[in-house]
Amino acid sequence: MSSLDFDVAHLLSGLMVLVCFLMLYQDRLYSLLNTFALHAVVLALAVAWQAYIQAAPHLYVTAAIALLFKGGFIPIALHRLIRRMEIHREVEIVGGVGVTMLFGLALVALSISVMLPVTSSAGTLAREDLAFALSVVLLGLLMMITRRNAVSQVVGFMTLENGLVLAATGAKGMPLVVEISVAFSILIAFIVIGIFLFRIRERFDTVDVSALDTFRGDRQ
Amino acid sequence: MSGLGAYALAGMLLIPLVFAALLALSPGYRLSARLNVLASGGAFLCALALIQQRPAPSDYLFVDDLNVVFLVLNTFIGFTTSIFSASYIRHELETGRLTPIYLRFYHAMYQLMLFGMSLALSAQNVGLMWVAVELATLTTVVMVGIYRTHEAIEAAWKYFILGSVGIALALFGTILVYLAAQPVIGEGLNAMSWLQLVAHANRFDPALLNLAFVFLLLGYGTKVGLAPLHAWLPDAHAEGPTPISAVLSGLLLNVALYAILRFKVVMAANDRALTPGPLLITMGLVSVLFAAFMLYRRRDIKRMFAYSSIEHMGIIAFAFGMGGPLANFAGLLHMTMHSLTKSAIFFAVGHVAQAKGTQKLSEMGGLTVTHPALGWGLVLGVVAILGVPPMGVFMSEFLVVSSTFARQPLLAIPLVLGLLIAFGALILRMQQVVFGEPKGVSHPVQASYLPMIVHLALVLIAGVYLPPAVVAWFQNVAKALG
Repeated sequence: MSSLDFDVAHLLSGLMVLVCFLMLYQDRLYSLLNTFALHAVVLALAVAWQAYIQAAPHLYVTAAIALLFKGGFIPIALHRLIRRMEIHREVEIVGGVGVTMLFGLALVALSISVMLPVTSSAGTLAREDLAFALSVVLLGLLMMITRRNAVSQVVGFMTLENGLVLAATGAKGMPLVVEISVAFSILIAFIVIGIFLFRIRERFDTVDVSALDTFRGDRQ
Repeated sequence: MSGLGAYALAGMLLIPLVFAALLALSPGYRLSARLNVLASGGAFLCALALIQQRPAPSDYLFVDDLNVVFLVLNTFIGFTTSIFSASYIRHELETGRLTPIYLRFYHAMYQLMLFGMSLALSAQNVGLMWVAVELATLTTVVMVGIYRTHEAIEAAWKYFILGSVGIALALFGTILVYLAAQPVIGEGLNAMSWLQLVAHANRFDPALLNLAFVFLLLGYGTKVGLAPLHAWLPDAHAEGPTPISAVLSGLLLNVALYAILRFKVVMAANDRALTPGPLLITMGLVSVLFAAFMLYRRRDIKRMFAYSSIEHMGIIAFAFGMGGPLANFAGLLHMTMHSLTKSAIFFAVGHVAQAKGTQKLSEMGGLTVTHPALGWGLVLGVVAILGVPPMGVFMSEFLVVSSTFARQPLLAIPLVLGLLIAFGALILRMQQVVFGEPKGVSHPVQASYLPMIVHLALVLIAGVYLPPAVVAWFQNVAKALG
């Protein structure tokens, strides 16, 4: 395996982490969705590169799913959803952008310091890929925590999931990767359809999940 | 004769799948309710056959001593719940809470969920198990939200998001397990097979394995409902149809626990990896104590029993965390008894809520006067879940506590404390609901008592006399769990 292989693989997974940071400070839903689409495209490239250097043609399917489903279909569907629900207003970010970014940095540092020593026995490629992937997973979680809007939480979840796909494709020769990415796509489609349906039925006055906090079911 | 076993395994998985498609198409609830019972019964018979006839393990599926316990228990409760569901659903249709089109959907999802759980339990492959657990979760999410009320949708959404994060973390753990196995076993399917993982675990990188287990415990632990990852559980139990509360408590929690147990065996096979016991013990104890205190402030009857499920899953996790043949035996027994008892309670609670038209505890009273069979059934169920002798739960709890006293007396103190606090809470609430003056409205219900009676009878029999064959079987499994 030549050093170019490594470099491009690391460049692409590093780009994913970078785009995650871009997402952290998007305070409008539209731009958040656009940035997410970019994230999915970078993921597709990263997966396709893995498919090429591992000579594993089935990974191209995963790359195609990432590109078409997450980079195209889902952002477009969510765009329409937002317009329909008339919530192009600002996304509240809990704690402010600066603090969130600092947290994000800390999470990346954490995942690198956890993964690198632990994975010394795994191949170099998998090793650093995994550190990047864990960063993306943690940043996705951070996004889910700091956002209050259901749509942006879904975006956070999809980011997290992109990290998982990156990890799965980086693990050389892992079976069932395609099946898993299909299963995840179904899950996400369910979530999006879910939001859509709730809205159509007009039972859900708001997609702001802070409204859920009032619900403990034990109200008298 | 492994040929018959292979047919039984295929039958157990294919029957729910085929019937799910059939039920999605079949109009009329009478027919679909019967088909639902028929399919669940068929799957149960296949699982029974697996006790004797084991198919040879393939790349994707296998049956061994451990998962056959879960399979039989799961399909049995799936079967009895489908009988209960038939009478429950009829009432929901009559009162207009469900429409026929949703009902088709409900039955199809029910079978799909049973398929997902059976597949998760019989999977030989770590990745396949993960996909199956996800499938089972998705179907239950859909069913929790099926009433489409504000609360139901919120509960489903919460369950969805927390459950998704849980399975996402579990997947990361699964990938790490593969990475640990890959240098030793080589690339491909073998590096994700349970049998290979356990056989070669000793040569895996311990650090990678430790990290993997933490992710797996957090991920599948969310599904087990261990505190502090339990937030979805009470809502999901309270807002969905009661048959779903019964299968959530009785089955889905067990499936997630099974996943943790399997990985625990892999961890135990590696000398240098951390011992998962203390982690499980801590989470178990926290769950028991937390749930016990939370039981006091409940106002909704299904939510109360959901907290009781958290408590019991805590006890089970604690027992398996202690490890050793006796504690594992107690854990297995307690899991079986809890599943049987808790689903029996939900069978009673479902009809009680229909009779009273509400789930609020404050609007219930004097059930033994207005609905004697339901009221006394509920009393029996609660007595059983409290662990009063001679019921089976008493025996399993006694075993858990006594084996703890023998090895770690200090740990037994918080455990017993939690048990007593929960005992007080449930007694207090039950008295109010079943005895005294009748309160609130009461409609007549056409309940099917059979599933409830069968479950409680089994629990009673297990408490009085556990057949030696079952004891030997559970002991075998307990030994394998290490």
